[in-house]
Amino acid sequence: MTTLDLTSAVVVGGLFAVGFHLLLQRSLMRLLFGFLVLGHSTNLLVLLAAGPPGRPPVTGHGQDRASFADPLPQAMALTAIVITFGISILLLALVYRGWLLLGHDEVRDDVEDRRLGESEHPRRPGDVAGQQEGASGRTTGETPGKGEER
Amino acid sequence: MTDWLLIAPVLLPVLAAGLSLAVWRSAGAQRLLGTGGLLVALVDAVVLLILSDRRGPLVLDVGGWPAPAGITLVADRLSALLLAVALAVALAVLVFAIGQGTAGSGSGDPVHAPFHPSYLLLAAGVSLAFLAGDLFNLFVAFELMLASSYVLINLNADESRIRAGMTYTITSLLSSLLFLTAIGVVYAATGTVNLADLGEKMPGIPEGLRTVFSLLLLIVFGIKAAMVPLHFWLPDSYPTAPAPITAVLAALLTKVGLYAMVRTQTLLFPRTEPWTPLLVAAGVTLLVGILGAIAQQDLNRLLSFVLVSHIGYMLFGLSLYSVTGLTGTVLYAMHHIAVQAALFLIAGLVAAWSGTASLSRLARAAPPPGILAALFLISGLSLAGIPPLSGFVGKLVLLQAGVEQGGAAALTLLAAALLTSLLTLYAMAKVWRAVFATGTERPSRARPRVAGTRLMAGATAGTVLIGVAIALGAGPVARVGERAAVDLLERDAYLEAVLGVRGAIPTDVREAEGTGEPGESARTPSAGRIRGGGEDPGGEDDRSTHRTEERERR
Repeated sequence: MTTLDLTSAVVVGGLFAVGFHLLLQRSLMRLLFGFLVLGHSTNLLVLLAAGPPGRPPVTGHGQDRASFADPLPQAMALTAIVITFGISILLLALVYRGWLLLGHDEVRDDVEDRRLGESEHPRRPGDVAGQQEGASGRTTGETPGKGEER
Repeated sequence: MTDWLLIAPVLLPVLAAGLSLAVWRSAGAQRLLGTGGLLVALVDAVVLLILSDRRGPLVLDVGGWPAPAGITLVADRLSALLLAVALAVALAVLVFAIGQGTAGSGSGDPVHAPFHPSYLLLAAGVSLAFLAGDLFNLFVAFELMLASSYVLINLNADESRIRAGMTYTITSLLSSLLFLTAIGVVYAATGTVNLADLGEKMPGIPEGLRTVFSLLLLIVFGIKAAMVPLHFWLPDSYPTAPAPITAVLAALLTKVGLYAMVRTQTLLFPRTEPWTPLLVAAGVTLLVGILGAIAQQDLNRLLSFVLVSHIGYMLFGLSLYSVTGLTGTVLYAMHHIAVQAALFLIAGLVAAWSGTASLSRLARAAPPPGILAALFLISGLSLAGIPPLSGFVGKLVLLQAGVEQGGAAALTLLAAALLTSLLTLYAMAKVWRAVFATGTERPSRARPRVAGTRLMAGATAGTVLIGVAIALGAGPVARVGERAAVDLLERDAYLEAVLGVRGAIPTDVREAEGTGEPGESARTPSAGRIRGGGEDPGGEDDRSTHRTEERERR
């Protein structure tokens, strides 16, 4: 069983805390940063699972395998870094696209829940805000937003 | 030969995806590659099912690295069964998407060009998740599957969909990172990520730690499987996507999460008694999901909540840790993949016909054609568990398992399950009345005859038929399901297939693999410290001798 030393534990724990704090923000950009920090902390944790730092990497020669750093977590962390990197780019593109389409990058309250609560009282046709809410909550892919106007 | 059979469900869709991206200018070639690739993979999955049922689990060590260190693919009865149903549904949904035009109508359409490659990669990820024999490979499979699903759910997204897509993407990412964290701590504790090896080593680590791992993995897969209270993202994100994408995500992704949960909990943390926390979660999932469904005013959201609710049935079977319970889970998962996909496809057809998915508007609109009503009737009643449809088979076994178990907790849950069944029937009746009753409005104009409607209806009918086939073949399917459940609880067949006859892989075999071979820790006994850490008195010496060797070599 590998245990963490105090420094690593504090660093990983701190990164996790910062990451989760950012993930709970309303701004999508901060959310993205939160994902990045959380990704780093997780990769660091996987790397530290190999044991204490400072041991030489595997060269493929020599008999005493115990002296080498365990290469398996390194391979896993490398894979995970590639994945988190790719996903970060996708997320960034999504945030940008959302900003282009919506003009802001904030997560608003759940419109569908509010709409359900109010569904007993049908909206007036001129209620612009209501129409926007309906369009963002209810539509199906085939006819985005059309159901409200007909 | 079996090696190729095992790798084919993963490799074929990946190759087809690559080719599909290369020929993006030709929609016809993309369609051919997509359907062809999935069809061959489906045939392969059926062969895998037959072979694994006759011979026991099939194992492939990718690259020739032996089990605890290398990448292992395993097909046992459970994974082959779910793989076959999943690929069949994926194929049907792809045909629907082609008919609907989600997959691109014209040739050389750059907006729709990513659909086919992403869809095929999604299928590859699902296959890999079912076949993965180690935790990290399972993580990669999830990532492959989820990354494709991010693309699919956000493809061509407008204002209304982009935010819902973000919810889905971020929740899934969080669950992936938690999964990776779990892998890190499990590796630190046991020195392996191979599922079979973990199954042998888990009993050696302290009980408190084992409980933490068990719960961590339960939460990770609970998010993916939409177990209440981790379900919140699903009804917000799935309904907004186009019908075929919703159908494939709802049918496959939640079941992959559930499969991973069943696999890890039974293999890594074997129990003989019912597990109360999961029992409670199952009950809450059943009731919260179905009550949420009844409150909904939108067809797709209603179906999403029903989906969440019925995950509870499968959790119920798992939480009992008995052969009958797990048989029920396996049967119910198979049925649910087909029926849930069919319902979402029908909802898509209804929305395309009436131009809305809102139940109150559908109630006023003219009813869709009779064929849709027939398909919905079969699927809806099957979901509610009316005999002799497929939902009945799974539910009956689950109820038997609950009665067998006895005890206040199991019986309470039994009552919740029955109540959920009734409420599901009510929800389906609500949909039926709103959608298929004659509305006050006459069809105001001639419906645009969309080319491909026949294809869409055919694909939907095909999905419904998969469910009917499960019901027709209930006897043999239930027997295979029961054998799969016995395998899950006994574990021996799986462990022996992956690790060889127990204790028969001597240390020197692994040492002969060459130096720096990553299975180093696997040789050490599971209890106690696996790697020496900083305090290891031999560590410093080893390092210096190694340096001397290096110098000599130079």
